[in-house]
Amino acid sequence: MWKTSIGLKLIVAVTGVLLYLFVIGHMIGNLQVYLGPNALNTYAEKLRALPPLLWTVRIGLLVIAVVHITLTITLAFQNRAARPIRYVRKEAVEASVSSRTMVYSGLALLGFVVYHLLHLTWKLTNPQYASLRDAHDRPDVYAMVVLGFQNPVASVIYIAAMIVLGFHFTHAFSSFFQTVGWSTPRTRPTLERVALILAAIIVVGNISIPLSILLGVVHLPTGGM
Amino acid sequence: MNLTLRVWRQKSPREAGRLVTYQARDIIPDMSFLEMLDVVNEGLILKGEDPIAFDHDCREGICGMCSLVINGVPHGHQSGTTVCQLHMRHFHDGQTITIEPWRARPFPVLKDLIIDRSAFDRIIQAGGFTSVNAGGAPDANAIPIPKEEAELAMDAAACIGCGACVAACKNASAMLFVGAKVSQFLHLPQGHPEREARVRNMVAAMDREGFGNCTNTYECEAVCPKNISVRVIAELNRELRRAAFRPPPAKRAVGAG
Repeated sequence: MWKTSIGLKLIVAVTGVLLYLFVIGHMIGNLQVYLGPNALNTYAEKLRALPPLLWTVRIGLLVIAVVHITLTITLAFQNRAARPIRYVRKEAVEASVSSRTMVYSGLALLGFVVYHLLHLTWKLTNPQYASLRDAHDRPDVYAMVVLGFQNPVASVIYIAAMIVLGFHFTHAFSSFFQTVGWSTPRTRPTLERVALILAAIIVVGNISIPLSILLGVVHLPTGGM
Repeated sequence: MNLTLRVWRQKSPREAGRLVTYQARDIIPDMSFLEMLDVVNEGLILKGEDPIAFDHDCREGICGMCSLVINGVPHGHQSGTTVCQLHMRHFHDGQTITIEPWRARPFPVLKDLIIDRSAFDRIIQAGGFTSVNAGGAPDANAIPIPKEEAELAMDAAACIGCGACVAACKNASAMLFVGAKVSQFLHLPQGHPEREARVRNMVAAMDREGFGNCTNTYECEAVCPKNISVRVIAELNRELRRAAFRPPPAKRAVGAG
């Protein structure tokens, strides 16, 4: 089973759905930026105070992402080899743009994730973030987010990446059900609608953060910093 | 009608092919696409040129031989139709039509628009059958089958193995074909004894042939001349997973008794 193309696709689907769930959890955590510095910094501190959980999730995510990406690329190479001579003229009748560009949107997201980690997790692009402390002498994640997104270039990169993520997820959600064999002609339209709604929620939820910061709705506390 | 045809010409599997332009003159709109090609070929023969080689057999939409990609779509833009049942009234006077063969590594071009589809035969040989003794025909109602199940089996069995699904898929995947063949046995009691071995062997044969993988773009369903649903692909995925958790049965004496 696991040596077949269908077995590999199943692993891609399951690892993909785990990454999908992580993105939803990540967004819910990040939306606490609207509750103010204390809420976000407390949340961040709680995560950090649970090293076994934090590192299990981190290592788990890394393994899942590596498996998802490696297998996808392996399958993509097989797919390319299956048609060595291209059509002179080829038209898509049914296939959506998101379904035909999954490998490209996936690679773009990989690039974004690397930048995202350099920017906000490892703070390599902005080392000054590491010294930010809040009134309770905790790492000031809130200030880091606000200062990060006050840079329009960073915000535009995030917004563009979230649109690509939405594109990727639109196809990924319903595709998962087809690959595991739980999709039927009756449920397919509903699954595709749910995919679209969930992708829209994730995109709007995540994009709202840089937009709110750029528009000044979310800002650093007066007197702070 | 007068048309400009851009046709893929390739002398042999080893030689490189190219598009050659021909004029198709005085085409009657009620002609089928293949009849239009017949007219063009008559002209080529009269001029002493090599006629365009293309596959065809029944010309009734049931054999699955006519395999042409017309203006970028296998079997042309008319949905649920084979090339032989595609009529020239769906084109307009003065139109340019590009005609190419199916493109997939497991379907090598033999000549011009003719491809070798024996990869499909080898997949069928791997499990697309039931090992029962061929005796006298049993009564049609000897084994009662729920109507809905019979319909699902018949819908899948409508696959004519033309390969348009492979031709349309951006990955040249054969999963609609294999899914249809697995599904037609899955919904009938006769298919159950060899259920696990069938799906295992057919998927292994499919992979061996070098077809690509399904990425659920559903382009196959859109071009299938028999409107086979991608439901059969979901069933194929499910069947393989089910088979993975069941050990292969002890060897049975097939055909004995």
